[in-house]
Amino acid sequence: MNKISIRNLTLTYSDGVQPLRDISFDIPANQISVIFGPAGGGKSSLLRSLNRLNDLTDLTHQKGSILLDDQELLDPTLDVIQLRRRVGMVFARPVVLPLSIRKNLTYGLEVAGETNKDRLLEVVESSLKKAALWDEVKDRLDDPAIALSGGQQQRVCLARVLALEPEVVLLDEPTSGLDPISTGKVEESLQDLKKEYTIVLVPHSVQQAARTADQAIFLLQGEVIEVSSGDLMFTNPQEQRTQDYIQGRFG
Amino acid sequence: MTMKLSARQHKQRLGFSLLTLMTFLTVIPIIGVVIYIVYLGFPAINLEFLTGFPREGMRDGGILPAIIGTFYLTLGTAIFAVPLGIGSAIYLSEYAPDNRATKLIRIAIINLAGIPSVVYGLFGLGLFVLFLGFGTSILAGSLTLSIMTLPVIISTAEEALRAVPQAFRTVSMSVGATKWQTIRKIILPQALPGILTGVILGLERAAGETAPILFTVAAFFLPSLPNSPLDATMALPYHLYVISTQVPGMPIKIQYGTALVLLVFVLSMNLIATTIRSRARAKRQW
Repeated sequence: MNKISIRNLTLTYSDGVQPLRDISFDIPANQISVIFGPAGGGKSSLLRSLNRLNDLTDLTHQKGSILLDDQELLDPTLDVIQLRRRVGMVFARPVVLPLSIRKNLTYGLEVAGETNKDRLLEVVESSLKKAALWDEVKDRLDDPAIALSGGQQQRVCLARVLALEPEVVLLDEPTSGLDPISTGKVEESLQDLKKEYTIVLVPHSVQQAARTADQAIFLLQGEVIEVSSGDLMFTNPQEQRTQDYIQGRFG
Repeated sequence: MTMKLSARQHKQRLGFSLLTLMTFLTVIPIIGVVIYIVYLGFPAINLEFLTGFPREGMRDGGILPAIIGTFYLTLGTAIFAVPLGIGSAIYLSEYAPDNRATKLIRIAIINLAGIPSVVYGLFGLGLFVLFLGFGTSILAGSLTLSIMTLPVIISTAEEALRAVPQAFRTVSMSVGATKWQTIRKIILPQALPGILTGVILGLERAAGETAPILFTVAAFFLPSLPNSPLDATMALPYHLYVISTQVPGMPIKIQYGTALVLLVFVLSMNLIATTIRSRARAKRQW
C-alpha cells in the first residue's frame, strides 16, 4: 500500500539549477523510507516538496506529479496549510520556537483553531511520550524550550510534529547534531512511530540509513539511482555507483 | 637575541593610544554640555517653575504650558507615526517582493531621513496648516513631526524584524501556521523590544525638534493650556529659542532651567529605550 507516489518530478529553481531531475518512486505506508546519498544530491529539496515547504523559497517550477493518497500535491490550488498538518517535518537543526515546552507542542494545534484545554493537555503528554521525552520534562513543561539540551530540543521538534497527528513524518538529518545516545533514542522511537505513521528519513550517515531503512532510495546529483528494500540495498546493491558510495569510495 | 619591542610593535602601541585619545575627546563635549546645563539651570528648578505659567513677560514664573505642549506633541506624533511606521516595517520585512518598487520605497525612506527638519516645517505649513486648513495647531504639528520621525521608526523596526531568525518562520509555517499567524505570534513578540527602542528614539527626536513646530504649531506665548488638537501650543524647544533670543533682560537661569527640563525629558526617554534594549538582550533566547 503506497502512501506517496512520485512520478517524473523535476524541480527547477529560478537561477536554472535543477536539484531534482525526473525522479519517480513510491513511499509505502507505515514503513521507514530512507533517502540517502552525498550532499547536494537533492535530498532536502525532495523532502521539502512533500509538504510544499519549497513554496517558501524562490522555486519557480515543479513538473511531474506527487500523489498523497491519490491527491495531487503539486496542484496550485491545494491548501498547503492543511497539507503541512498531514505531512509534518523535523529539520536537521533543532529549532524550538521561542516559547515554553508546552506551547511548542500546542502551537500547531492552536494556530489551527484548537481551543479545548483538555485536548491540548492530552496531546502534550501523548506526543512527548511518543518522542521519548515525557519523563525528562514532565515537571517543567512551562520552562522555555530553549533551556533544554540539543538532544531534548530535537525530540521537542519531533513531538511538535507528532502533536499535529500527521499521516507522514519527514525527517531531514534529525540526528546530525546529536550525541550517540540521543541518536539512539530518536532511532528507537522511529521504530515505534512507523506503526502509526509513514516515515521518510534523510539519514546523516550511511550507517544510520542501514540501521533504519525498510526501504532505501539512493539519490545522486538530482537523480534516483536505485530503490530497494533496506536489507538488499546495504548488502547487495545492484548499481555500481550505489556500491561505491556505500563502501565509501566517494561522497 | 634580545627581547626588545620591535619598531612595528611600538607603532601599534602609538596607534592604540591615539585611538583611545580620540574616543575620550568625543565624550568630553557630551559630558561638558550636561554639566554646563545642569550647573546653570538647576537653580531655576522649583515647583513653580515646573507647574506655573510664565510671568513678567516670561522673565519669571514657570514653563508649564511649554512642558504640556511638548508632551502633547510627542503623544500626537506617536499616535500617527507608530502604527504607520510599524505597519510599513512589517510589510517591508515580511511581505515586500524583492523588486524595483520595493527598492524605490527603501530609497525614499532613507532619503526622507536626510531631509533637513526646516524643510519638513515648511512642508507641514503648506500641507497641514494651509491646504488642509488645520491652522497652526497640535494636529498640524504632530503630523509634521510624524512624517519626520517615520524613517527612523521604519528603519529600526524593520531591522528588529529581520534580526529574528529565519528558521522560526520556516518552523512555524511547517506546522501549519499562516504567514500572518507566524508574524503575530512569533516574529512580532521577538522583535518588540527592538521596535520599541526605535519608536522611543524617533519620538525623542520629535520632542526636541524646533524647526518643524516653528512653522506649524508653536506659539510665542499663550495665557492658557490648549483645549483641543486644533489649538496652538507652546513647546519646550521653541520656548527656549524665544526666551534666549527674543526677550531682552531674560535671567540666564530661566533659559538654562528650560534647557535642563528639555534635556531631562529627552534623556529619560533615551534611558527607557536603553533599558528596554538591554533587558531584552539579556532575556533573548537566540
